[in-house]
Amino acid sequence: MNHISEEQLVLLYYGESTEAAAIDQHLVECETCRKEFRALQLVLNTVDSAPVPERGADYGKAVWQRIEKRIGGRKQRRFAQWWIWAPAMAALLVSAFLAGRLTHKPVGPEVAKNQQQIRERILMVAVGDHLERSQMVLAELSNAPDHKGKLDITDERQMASELLDDNRLYRQTARSTGDTAVANVLDDLERVLLEIAHSPTEVSSSQLDDLRQQIESRGLLFKVRVMGSQAREQEVAPAPQKNGKKL
Amino acid sequence: MEVEAGSAVERARAGDSDAFRLLVEQHSRAIFRLAFRMTGNEQDAEDVVQETFLRAYKQLDRYEARSSFSTWLFRIASNYSLDLIRMRKRHEDKRERGSDEERDILQSIPLDTPGPERMAYGTEVRDRVNEALNELSPQERTAFVLRHFEGLSIEEIGASLGTGTNATKHSIFRAVQKLRKNLEPVVGHAR
Ligand SMILES: [Zn+2]
Repeated sequence: MNHISEEQLVLLYYGESTEAAAIDQHLVECETCRKEFRALQLVLNTVDSAPVPERGADYGKAVWQRIEKRIGGRKQRRFAQWWIWAPAMAALLVSAFLAGRLTHKPVGPEVAKNQQQIRERILMVAVGDHLERSQMVLAELSNAPDHKGKLDITDERQMASELLDDNRLYRQTARSTGDTAVANVLDDLERVLLEIAHSPTEVSSSQLDDLRQQIESRGLLFKVRVMGSQAREQEVAPAPQKNGKKL
Repeated sequence: MEVEAGSAVERARAGDSDAFRLLVEQHSRAIFRLAFRMTGNEQDAEDVVQETFLRAYKQLDRYEARSSFSTWLFRIASNYSLDLIRMRKRHEDKRERGSDEERDILQSIPLDTPGPERMAYGTEVRDRVNEALNELSPQERTAFVLRHFEGLSIEEIGASLGTGTNATKHSIFRAVQKLRKNLEPVVGHAR
């Protein structure tokens, strides 16, 4: 028998080798392969040391609390409300937005123009993903049903604080690339995300109203939505690409 | 337990949300562990847990009792994790890609970097394991996690992910190769 291949050893390690007996026999006789197998075992055993954060016995209950409301009434309330007021602002915002995007396009030499486009595109693609997630949080709060007692917003809080870091990064990048329209929306978004992240896990209906007002007074949900879809359009559009890795 | 679970599934399918609550309570921790291994971060793992149960609820009528309920949940969770880490990777690749100029801009922004002082040995190995897992492609990571941590057979994994046995086998081989390349230097120092 030749030496054992790495692939055979991997299968042996996981108990899926079809020639386990023969390989075992070879390992007894061959020090080279034995060493090789030991090295493999050592690495794979080490992988087990990667810790997983503990979740207590009540974790399942907490999960249920988070999804309970979304299992029943979710369909009706999602995206129901803001369509009522959004169309009125639509034309205005879209044209303001487009104007902002067009005015700072560079008129320089071809190379600089290309670089600028690549840079914008990279930023917009990343921002697009970010906005999509932000929009979910805003919509969730904006469309929360009216209630008498306290409303649990643990989820929204958690997402908002996660989104904050990215938001800062994108806002600063957008500023430094002169993408003022994007930077301004991210600026507004950041203030609201901060507000949400710092809210208590359970809010009263008046606290919720405050949050809603913040979201709605700036037309934020709508801006985020428009800009998000703009960003995704740029993602689809063919653009100069260097080492374009595609999944 | 399994009989119990079987009837809870039946009742949940008939629209009994209390029965579904039981299933959520029973399986959440296992799904969290899987999701954390897959995504490598807590917030994404929480997202996966939640989305898994929401999807499971919507698809309950498609569940066939051929596989156990937990295997079925694992399948949903791993597919969603796969989507999520693909999205994240794409996102990161885009940040990393691009001209020097773009990189300069991005690098001029202070990001939280790990401090040098927390390099106690145990922590270092665990950090390196996490880094090494992050080096895997989404497909490799998913296949590897299901085989290594969850003990699913290669055949089961191939069926769950719809990738087939051979591709799964190769994902696992590539995963092990990458892990060895990245971890052998670290483990070597330990002995
Ligand atoms: Zn040999």
